[in-house]
Amino acid sequence: MTASVPAPRQGRFGTAVAAAAARGQLVVQPRMGMPLVADMQAGLAAVRAARAATVGTITLDSYTRVGDHASARRALADGSDLNGFPIVAHGAEVTRRMLGALDDPGFAIQVRHGSPLPLGIVQALADAGLDATEGGPVSYCLPYSRTPLNEAVDAWARSCELLAEKVPGAHLESFGGCMLGQMCPPSLLVAISVLEGIFFKQHGLTSVSLSYAQQTSFPQDREALAALRRLAGEYLTGVAWHVVLYTYMGVFPQTEAGAMALLRSSAVLAQVTGTERMIVKTAAEAFRIPSVVDNVQALEEAAAAARTADSAQASQADDSGLYEEARALVEAVLELDTDMGRALLGAFARGVLDVPFCLHADNAGNTRAYVDSTGRLQWLAAGAMPVRAVAPAGASRLTADGFLTMLSHVQHRFDGPVLHSRARFPLTSSSKA
Amino acid sequence: MALPSPAQGSRPAHTGKQRVLVSSTSSDSHTWNLVFLQLMLEEMGNQVINIGACVPDELLIAECRRHRPDVVVISSVNGHGFLDGKRMIGRLRAEPDLARMPVVIGGKLGTRGSSVFGRHLMDAGFDAVFEDSAGIEPFRSYLELAPHAAELEATA
Repeated sequence: MTASVPAPRQGRFGTAVAAAAARGQLVVQPRMGMPLVADMQAGLAAVRAARAATVGTITLDSYTRVGDHASARRALADGSDLNGFPIVAHGAEVTRRMLGALDDPGFAIQVRHGSPLPLGIVQALADAGLDATEGGPVSYCLPYSRTPLNEAVDAWARSCELLAEKVPGAHLESFGGCMLGQMCPPSLLVAISVLEGIFFKQHGLTSVSLSYAQQTSFPQDREALAALRRLAGEYLTGVAWHVVLYTYMGVFPQTEAGAMALLRSSAVLAQVTGTERMIVKTAAEAFRIPSVVDNVQALEEAAAAARTADSAQASQADDSGLYEEARALVEAVLELDTDMGRALLGAFARGVLDVPFCLHADNAGNTRAYVDSTGRLQWLAAGAMPVRAVAPAGASRLTADGFLTMLSHVQHRFDGPVLHSRARFPLTSSSKA
Repeated sequence: MALPSPAQGSRPAHTGKQRVLVSSTSSDSHTWNLVFLQLMLEEMGNQVINIGACVPDELLIAECRRHRPDVVVISSVNGHGFLDGKRMIGRLRAEPDLARMPVVIGGKLGTRGSSVFGRHLMDAGFDAVFEDSAGIEPFRSYLELAPHAAELEATA
């Protein structure tokens, strides 16, 4: 955490994470959202009771994400299933009562959604007495929507200002370190996370976190997280910040042993890099929506792995110049405009930021990445970005078959060679928040 | 299962390099399948216009008009491909200038899997249907053969 004078204001969420960090404990957090109040409340209570330092999650359903509250109300009335908690359809009073029944005013909860236009959601969570959410103008627009980037930038600016005004000390996490879940080289993930953090700061927030999703190589991820912390310290002065790591979000191992080993490796990565918070994945993830029991098991497994992590025994960080590359990207964007929203729009229009394999119309689409023979993510083509591509020896173009192998690289490594023949086609994997 | 229709619709008419428009359906937000198809089609020597995920029917129609591709490839893996595809191709075929544009669909087209969708989708107006259970090869062969098939038809 940064120490600055006067101390930036932090609400329940930021304070809870800071307190755990001061005790040397990694905060672990699930993805979780149920349509009915009783189930959501039971899920939150189970997360709070887990043998770990936890914060709770309320993931919203797809109708609420897109502002179709009538459909969410109809689904509640019909008793049909929703894929999350419809916070607007339930109304602020019902949500407040649910939170009150948890009977722990210190228990921190984050609202997760995935919307490029989140104003209504921010209004609803503030009305319900919640103080933390996540996303960002780039990270919740380019990967999952057709919303024009300029509309997302405007909506996120107004949403940040509303959140800062209605809930002093409210916490906002950038999802920028998770672009597309996999196959994005770490320097760009780090840069987008930092840039969204600066955007949040410009729009009045005083408590933010920067994300990073575990990629394909422990030493490279370790270097990336160190670069992220260093850049946060440089660019987020006057703001309280922490870093949140996501357990691998790409094609996940199919075996319980492989899934748990990957989860533990992310917890060790978090611990040895001083990361304050981690979003876990469960062993059930590859097959079905995880139950509360699956989630509690994953939270406890991750916390135990973090407690016993030994920095000296873990693979050391690479020294590949990742900090310099991420910093060059951040600086190239800052040069475009003093207003971060306009700078981000200019950067994507010029291809100064260009997310590989992202098909959004506002992404230039001139970059490509690959997993090299050591398992590290590298640039195959860097487009107009101020980074250098290092083509692999022998082959300078990505084949479709090679690409499939790369998508499953982590799954294969953690499942072991016996499962290669049983590996499922990787193209149906989804990496949403 | 590949079901290239011998009787209806039309086939890609160019020899050599074709312009292929790749798109998802209106409700499907997956993109790795679209990226894979783009890489494969480029490897085969085609020029690819990839318009991405969650494409509304009207947008697909507008993009077909704007780019006039040699063939349109629809890919869906969320299990709604049958419903979305059937509705979409009906609307596209109702446009007189697009009635004969070659359009194929493939992927994981239903939640219960397997070959029951092929004939329905062909009847609805697709030129070929490729279900993921058969792998990618039938699709690859279809595209490789398509230009030559057009030549043969022309000389027959």
